[in-house]
Amino acid sequence: MKRKLTSLFLATAMVMTTLAGCGNSGGKPAAKVDTSEAAQGKVLNIYCWNQEFQERFEYFKKSGKLPSDVKVNFVVTPNENNAYQNALDAALLKQKDAPADEKVDIFLVEADYALKYVDSDYTLDVVNDIGLTKDDLADQYQYTKDIVTDSKGVQKGTTWQATPGLFAYRRSIAKDVLGTDNPDKVQEALSSWDKFNSVAEKAAAKGYKMLSGYDDAYRVFSNNVSAPWVDSNNKIVIDDNIMKWVDQTKLFTEKGYNNKSSLWDNVWAADQGPKGKVFGFFYSTWGINFTLLGNSLATPVKEGGKEEVGNGIYGDYAVCQGPQSYYWGGTWICAAAGTDNPNLIKEIMKTLTCDKSTEVQITKDTQDYTNTISGMNELASSDFKSAFLGGQNHIKLFAQAAPKINMKNISAYDQGLNEEFQKAMKDYFDGNVTKDKALDNFYKAAIEKYPNLSH
Amino acid sequence: MKRKKSKCVSYAKWGYIFLIPFFLVYIIFQLIPLLSTFYNSFFENYRVGLMQVGPTFVGFKNYKEILFNSELPMYLKNTFIIWMMGFIPQMFFSLLLASWFTDLRLRLKCSGFFKTVIYMPNLIMASAFSMLFYTIFSDVGPINNLLNSMGLPTYRFLAEVAGARGLIALMNFLMWFGNTTIVLMAGIMGIDTGIMEAARIDGASSFQIFRKITLPIIKPIMAYTLVTSLIGGIQMFDVPQILTNGNGNPDRTSMTAIMYLNKHLYSKNYGMAGALSVILFIITAVLSIFVFKYVTKDMVDTGAKTSKKAKK
Repeated sequence: MKRKLTSLFLATAMVMTTLAGCGNSGGKPAAKVDTSEAAQGKVLNIYCWNQEFQERFEYFKKSGKLPSDVKVNFVVTPNENNAYQNALDAALLKQKDAPADEKVDIFLVEADYALKYVDSDYTLDVVNDIGLTKDDLADQYQYTKDIVTDSKGVQKGTTWQATPGLFAYRRSIAKDVLGTDNPDKVQEALSSWDKFNSVAEKAAAKGYKMLSGYDDAYRVFSNNVSAPWVDSNNKIVIDDNIMKWVDQTKLFTEKGYNNKSSLWDNVWAADQGPKGKVFGFFYSTWGINFTLLGNSLATPVKEGGKEEVGNGIYGDYAVCQGPQSYYWGGTWICAAAGTDNPNLIKEIMKTLTCDKSTEVQITKDTQDYTNTISGMNELASSDFKSAFLGGQNHIKLFAQAAPKINMKNISAYDQGLNEEFQKAMKDYFDGNVTKDKALDNFYKAAIEKYPNLSH
Repeated sequence: MKRKKSKCVSYAKWGYIFLIPFFLVYIIFQLIPLLSTFYNSFFENYRVGLMQVGPTFVGFKNYKEILFNSELPMYLKNTFIIWMMGFIPQMFFSLLLASWFTDLRLRLKCSGFFKTVIYMPNLIMASAFSMLFYTIFSDVGPINNLLNSMGLPTYRFLAEVAGARGLIALMNFLMWFGNTTIVLMAGIMGIDTGIMEAARIDGASSFQIFRKITLPIIKPIMAYTLVTSLIGGIQMFDVPQILTNGNGNPDRTSMTAIMYLNKHLYSKNYGMAGALSVILFIITAVLSIFVFKYVTKDMVDTGAKTSKKAKK
């Protein structure tokens, strides 16, 4: 009897696991869109990872185009540890069987993993499915469109912001090292990587660090690669430009031009503050007005400090283009296949990402740099200025940098591979392993994350 | 005959009935997952982005991949080294403290208070404990400030092999020595004090009593601690994972076997993760049996019985 029971349990267990195995292989949702008025749903589900888009969504509400009977649901999952993507993946895989009001309608993505969704059947073509016209999209920066264009050349997302990057430097340190804090003169001294390195040497002689950590310059190099991370045979290819970053960072580390920090760690944040001795930081639009500003204060706003000259090094930073153009960050809006609100999504995309007056208003209200070429150029030639940057009009530099960004070489694996590459190289910079061993470790970690790749 | 039997009440069935909840929970939450792990380990089954690969039956391919093509032996070695670095001082201090606390002649005051204090670190969540250590030992943390103010150079704990492994071992030691002390004390207190007194009257020193009487008698308890600590050691994960941010820095020298298992989570690689789990299962089983047999091989009957109880 006992034995029979055992075998019964075993058999049940096996059957159950087999069934569980079948459940995973769900079908793909149909990519058809019904734009007839009767078919429009009354619930709009938006998947995102923070409050930012909710604040931007207010601008859409103000435009009065949101039907009063539509309920908007923000499903917020924090970004940490891939949690957002995991939640989104789970929802998208169930998209086909979910009731109409529970389907994902809109979801937001970041550039590093945009292709994962864009290059799938889970996103809708913003032109042919959603109905935006080429004219609507004409005033957007090209690179913001490239990032969400799939392998067949179809654009499947759109954004209200552009995030060109600049080099933010300390005026006081620049005066000491270069004898000037004039952004044009500093830019001239930093216009190529060779010049950048020689300034680093001068700065080191005076007791300053050129950069804070290992990864500070990474994006500037990785945005200017000549080919995607992964070639058509699923083979990982390390671009020469990324190897240039390795060599430069190793040089900086050995000569003491950097402070051995990592992005976002406490050393890195402290280096941006009053006690920091770092020449400058590569930062994009949001980073300068939010992160850098916050870190530069001696008394944080939370503790009653004011954002004004005299509090820490407020006013001591200025920006210049730096050696190469790049971007950092940004959020794209994608329409999920299977949505029952295509007409509403069209209005949202059109208002937030194609309407110049709305976007310029966002920039004026929040300092966010928006995705309208003509609007931003107008601001660039106005007397717009930033007290934090000592009265400099940084929009002007952003407006010059943004059109130069070229993001044709992104891949769906960028996020994972960039992360693992930086991690693996840290051992090399720390002097624990040889360069070959570090590259080996990178390949190992990469294939653990993406078992379909080879090297 | 028949009547007589019905009069005799069988209580045995109640025993089984009361055991049902345990078996139900065990089967649902332990046995089925265990069997499905074995089952999954024979399939190629992972996800890249939104693309599902498999499940396709591949036989022992995952096992071959892990055994011959991965660095599992290195990760097992890391695990073992870090475990030993924590276990040896843990055993030493636990024995010392346990014998002090139970020594009738010392008559320690407030032993209840000290017992609580040494057990405290175990109550803190491992993740919180790791975050704390990460901050304290960071490149600009208080420890390095202290070193600098004494005129010593900054030691980058998490960028050095000895530093990273040492910190993990130290944390494991701090978290578990209190627990081990309590267990060993229970063992020592089970010893008849008459034996100790007799030895003392015969002129034995405290150290002799400890070596010749206490140690042999608590051997089963020590075997229990060794086996549980070994199993815990093989499963070492939370502390190094958080301290090194999942990377096992530097150069993967502090990556433990379970951290390696966790690496397969990103791609939801059930096949490889399943195979790795099965291998770890076998290693744990073999080691436990071996250690237990070895430690208890010359044990007297009574001892063996105690150890069985202890094992539960």
